[in-house]
Amino acid sequence: MNKIKCECGHVNPEGTVLCEACGKPVEKNQHIDGNEKNKLLNMRYDGSARRSQTYNKTIVDKTWNFFSSVKVGVWLIVLALVASAIGTIFPQEMYIPRSVDPSQYYRDEYGIFGQLYYELGFHNLYGSWWYILLIALIGVSLVICSIDRVVPLHRALKNQRPKRHEVFIQRQRLFGKTEKVSKDDIKTFIEQLRKKNYKISEDQGHVLAEKNRFSRWGPYVNHIGLIIILIGAILRFFPFMYVDEFVFVREGETKVIPGTNQQYYIENKDFILELYDPEEEEKFAEAIVQEGGMVPKNFQTNAVIYQVKGEVVPGAEPELEKMKEGEIRVNEPLKFNGYALYQSQYQLNEFKSMSFKLHPADNPDDAIGTFTFDMTDPKKEYDLGNGYRVVVDQYFPELKLENGVPSSESNYPRNPAFIFFVYGPDIEERETSFLAIGANIDPGEDNRYKLSLDGVEMRDVTGLAVQKDRTLPIFAAGAIIFMIGVVQGMYWQHRRIWIHPKEQGVWIAAHTNKNWHGLKRDIKSALDQTSINPPEDQQELS
Amino acid sequence: MKSDKKKKRLIFRTAVLLVLIGAVVTTLVSSFRDDSNVVKAGDLAPNFKLKQVNGEETFELKELRGKGVMLNFWATYCDPCKEEMPYMEQLYPEYKEKGIEILAVSLDTTELVVKNFIEDYNLTFPIVHDQRGDVMDLYKIGPIPTTFFINPEGEVVRVIQGPLTLERLESYFQEILPEQNNS
Repeated sequence: MNKIKCECGHVNPEGTVLCEACGKPVEKNQHIDGNEKNKLLNMRYDGSARRSQTYNKTIVDKTWNFFSSVKVGVWLIVLALVASAIGTIFPQEMYIPRSVDPSQYYRDEYGIFGQLYYELGFHNLYGSWWYILLIALIGVSLVICSIDRVVPLHRALKNQRPKRHEVFIQRQRLFGKTEKVSKDDIKTFIEQLRKKNYKISEDQGHVLAEKNRFSRWGPYVNHIGLIIILIGAILRFFPFMYVDEFVFVREGETKVIPGTNQQYYIENKDFILELYDPEEEEKFAEAIVQEGGMVPKNFQTNAVIYQVKGEVVPGAEPELEKMKEGEIRVNEPLKFNGYALYQSQYQLNEFKSMSFKLHPADNPDDAIGTFTFDMTDPKKEYDLGNGYRVVVDQYFPELKLENGVPSSESNYPRNPAFIFFVYGPDIEERETSFLAIGANIDPGEDNRYKLSLDGVEMRDVTGLAVQKDRTLPIFAAGAIIFMIGVVQGMYWQHRRIWIHPKEQGVWIAAHTNKNWHGLKRDIKSALDQTSINPPEDQQELS
Repeated sequence: MKSDKKKKRLIFRTAVLLVLIGAVVTTLVSSFRDDSNVVKAGDLAPNFKLKQVNGEETFELKELRGKGVMLNFWATYCDPCKEEMPYMEQLYPEYKEKGIEILAVSLDTTELVVKNFIEDYNLTFPIVHDQRGDVMDLYKIGPIPTTFFINPEGEVVRVIQGPLTLERLESYFQEILPEQNNS
């Protein structure tokens, strides 16, 4: 690892292309920026040493140099782009029907490619390990590329001297010679530049006028913003920063809120659905009718949030303390302690209770007694008085029949059915009745008494999304910093003008990272009152 | 001085790389952790307390330390759950003697259907009722049946999704037998 000492006396690190102080090209390193073939110097990073091949000895340095390569970074981004594009070919897992096994669904729907798609994790792209790894590696590349460039560039810009090597001056894009010039003209030029907010530094008659150096840091500020956004994305994996859950709550029910470590409960006091009335909304009447009249105007949950007092023992009856009461509407969440509950789904008309009356089979009007079967708290036996009682032999919340054998599809009373035993003083042993929606069957066909539906009570179910997102401020900060970086790099340009005096005359060279036209105008108007020739654009000439 | 600088650079690079590798590993690990089953083999089984349906007892999981515990999540409307219930009933008396407790957590909403089921199937092992779904949320139960085999130290040894056969059930019981009976 040999340092390179320039003839100006400055010691440059290995890998330097242009001397940090005077800008003289370091002969053996010109291939790095492709300067040997060109008349003009490549001013990228001001020719400072980016990554040094000589430190390539340990595994740490090897890894570092790998990620320091912009080429590697670009390839990682291309790979991520291609993977993301492939991920849109078939639907993602969350959009396929819930009832089917994904491994079968993709094979059945899309054949061998579907199966491959599933096996490789494209069906859940953002959750597949290699995609996360790819994005993480882009993050690593971003950090290391930035460190490896911002440090040397900062060094080079800090070290630059007003007095530059002739070769450096001559090989700038804007360069001009004036054979004879008066001291006053140079002075006027400098004064004019000073008026244009150029910072002037001088060394033995050599002058550097410089403006808006801070714009060079734009890309790095921008990268810091991106890194902060990536950190925010990583933090989303931690439940104390980010929770995204879902819960169904029935009217009248109190339920634990998922994702809260069983700390909070929610009670659904009432669910309200309001529809657009075609008679009120004349303009849209036709459209509403076309939609079957069911166009919701508002759906909302009136909810109470409870906090568990004392130690949480799941399953044990918790001691609940009312914390907040409120209405949850679409886009109007109920917020408490960092959590927000969003109205997101609903199901209408689940049975809450059913009332039955017992009467002689041939006379429906002569009721012997009635009882109410409460789906939330059903009893095994109901006493109807006068010695009559009904025993619930079987209760099927959602009836399904398989080979004539009844069972239940789910927990939810969507299609309830019952087998009742009726006992009474004038009933020999017992009478059996099978009741379901639209069915009232007497299996023995010799019942003296019959049970009939007397009334129902319905209730609604609300579906709420539970969210906690403490990463949003981090994303916001990252995005703001990102934008500051973009603006900083886009709307200002780092302009430099070198005044290099010769015996009788003067050489002038200038460089900017963008907007050459603006720089030329600056120089032209500053030279207006003088006899100095404006520098010419050597790129346009060749 | 040269080698001093080199050393510094190496330390700096190592430190930056370690931080970055740390971040990458945490990301990957946590992305796997939130799979459907939050409680997995090797974890300490989270404690809970539920009332028995076919008896008067209240079971708190941590009080069963010292015994092997089969924790079975089921419901009356789940057909595969019904298949394995008779096997559990068949093995229960023998393995209760050997120090294993079966705890079947019903996820039904009403106790009535659970009671009817117990009667129909003549079940004698403890069946508890998770009416509000607290324990289901705690164990992040997806499809049922899901069964956890917990050793006497309270650690989950095995998580099984789907119904069990008699042979497999018995072999998993062997894994969670308390020490003194193992020899």
